[in-house]
Amino acid sequence: MDKITLSHGSGGVMMNKLIAEIFLQAFANPVLGELDDAAVVDVAGGCYAITTDSFVVDPLFFPGGDIGKLAVCGVVNDLASCAAEPLYLTAGFIIEEGLETGTLKKVVASMAAQARAQKLTVVTGDTKVVPRGKADKLFINATGVGRVRQRLSGRGIRPQDKILINGPIAEHGLSILLAREKLNFRARLESDCNPLWGIVKLLLRRNIRVHFMRDPTRGGVNAVLHEAAQTSGYSVVLQEAHIPVTGACRHLSEILGLELLDIANEGKMLFFVDPEHAARALAILRSHPLGRDAAIIGEVLAEKKAKVYLETAFRSRKVLGPPMAEPIPRIC
Amino acid sequence: MKYIDVYRDVKKCRKVAAMINGIARARRYKIMEVCGTHTAAIRKFGIREMLPPSIDLISGPGCPVCVTSDGYLENAARLSRDPRVTIVTYHDMLRVPVKGTTLEQERANGADVRGVISALEAVDLAKEAPAREVVFLGVGFETTAPGTALAVKLAARLGIRNFSVYSAHKTVPEALDVLGRQKDLALDGFLLPGHVSAVIGVRGYERILRKMKKPCVISGFEALDILVSLYELIRAVNRKDVVLENEYTRIVRRDGNPRARAMLNEIFQKEDAVWRGLGMIPESGLGLRKRFKDRDAARRFALPKERVCPSGGRGCRCADVLKGKIKPPQCPLFSKACVPGSPIGPCMVSREGTCRSYYEYR
Repeated sequence: MDKITLSHGSGGVMMNKLIAEIFLQAFANPVLGELDDAAVVDVAGGCYAITTDSFVVDPLFFPGGDIGKLAVCGVVNDLASCAAEPLYLTAGFIIEEGLETGTLKKVVASMAAQARAQKLTVVTGDTKVVPRGKADKLFINATGVGRVRQRLSGRGIRPQDKILINGPIAEHGLSILLAREKLNFRARLESDCNPLWGIVKLLLRRNIRVHFMRDPTRGGVNAVLHEAAQTSGYSVVLQEAHIPVTGACRHLSEILGLELLDIANEGKMLFFVDPEHAARALAILRSHPLGRDAAIIGEVLAEKKAKVYLETAFRSRKVLGPPMAEPIPRIC
Repeated sequence: MKYIDVYRDVKKCRKVAAMINGIARARRYKIMEVCGTHTAAIRKFGIREMLPPSIDLISGPGCPVCVTSDGYLENAARLSRDPRVTIVTYHDMLRVPVKGTTLEQERANGADVRGVISALEAVDLAKEAPAREVVFLGVGFETTAPGTALAVKLAARLGIRNFSVYSAHKTVPEALDVLGRQKDLALDGFLLPGHVSAVIGVRGYERILRKMKKPCVISGFEALDILVSLYELIRAVNRKDVVLENEYTRIVRRDGNPRARAMLNEIFQKEDAVWRGLGMIPESGLGLRKRFKDRDAARRFALPKERVCPSGGRGCRCADVLKGKIKPPQCPLFSKACVPGSPIGPCMVSREGTCRSYYEYR
């Protein structure tokens, strides 16, 4: 079977074969192996976080990742932003008739590798095949469940909190744009798609007083700052000179007229940290492979205006409006 | 990023700003910065705050989407509803409101409307779908029109019959002439658009300068470019010298881009054009030459002629903003009913729109 056909989605022998040969093989675990309509797991008492995300990224494979890796990392990072240790993952696949089976195998293998590395169990899934033209190649829905280690909320943000990020911005969105539009650009640009529970766990274990965290995906850093300002009621200010950006991303944004702060990231976390712990938090981030270029990029103000300001070399404090729309479509 | 770093050097900029302050005290100055990208750059770099209050920088009609008439937009929207037609356009055009709709809205209602970065993508689309009538909305000044010309040539060379262009292309010098001679505006000089100039060259303005007799400086888009250009302009106004200078020498040549101009001349001819706000300006539009009449969507689909549109619907005052009569905050809708998320007029939609620049950098 070199291409996926409608029969592979219609609940019969062919679908069971697909599940056994591709999904069970790759995800291999006793819970999934039961192949029940629902995964039955025991959970310890406590507080749990549940997140769901659908992945429609185009193209399926891009420098730095693929839709499968993105699905796992996206879910892990949403859980991580709530200080939740990822435990279980579900994987629903909507496949366009005619997709190469090899492509599906590659995506699933990537998902499985990423899940294994994160000690995440894929406990249940779903398979649908739709007629040619009714979906674009492959869509994945993933739901994650994690054990909350610390309860955080935007309402925990305090004036003078420092805002940290673990590395340079806009790499994911721009690399997708390059890959999709096949733009001829000399510099090599890769998505920063990566799982962030490890680096978050490190901060929490070292008792850093983190008041709030969020991963800046669609809408970029700008969207998260506006969210934080709205929820907490406090204004925040960003120092443009301190925001880490690679030369390649800066070049591309200048040429295409795109705002770096509005562009998606898939391996970055914004941390709102107690000012007394900020220096130590920065050192801890920088000690981790996913935080070598971490920086303190701003802070929370005492005024209750819920505005976002940008300090540039030219304008001491300009109001930054929220991103209108994702400047690059279908990045996640 | 050599040019960016040098031309955004804050110290150098403050130095030039101080020089401008030194020579601009004796009187008031009204300078029009024509180009939408200049408006955005001036706001982004806080140029106004560096200048003395005696200098009034007025935004002009240098936003091709903004000056496109309601008649054209209505025709485009109506054409998009034709089930045979695929409308292809630049992304900014998708959200411009006209008669309660936008091309994006029409797409949501089932119209085949595509946003592209290059006119050549429209030719690709026509090639891939020979049964569709692909219409490219040619909006833009001399900077962009050569791209459309290239697309027409490519379609002709490949024998692609289902591709046509609905041209709203306009030329800048004729508009400058109209504005320069308007007594109630009383402009002292112009900051000229850098990339239009890259095509038409310094020479491209000589004829209208002889008529209009106001000093002009072609400027780049970085902070230092703009400040140096303003310094030259103020100096010229002080000396009552009608200069035509080029600050943007790293991109603009005296003769501009002769190949691009030759291509424009091959495909287009000068026609009268309707500008939102400025009305009909003779010989300021680029229409397809007769021998390309098959590629002219206006003929192919018998589209009604554009009418002069002095004011927009629902109290929109884009027309007055475009001719420099008012600044965006003077429009009662600005930042209240009219915001980028739900714009009423084109000046709030386009990235080169004056109202959008004022809003984004308020």
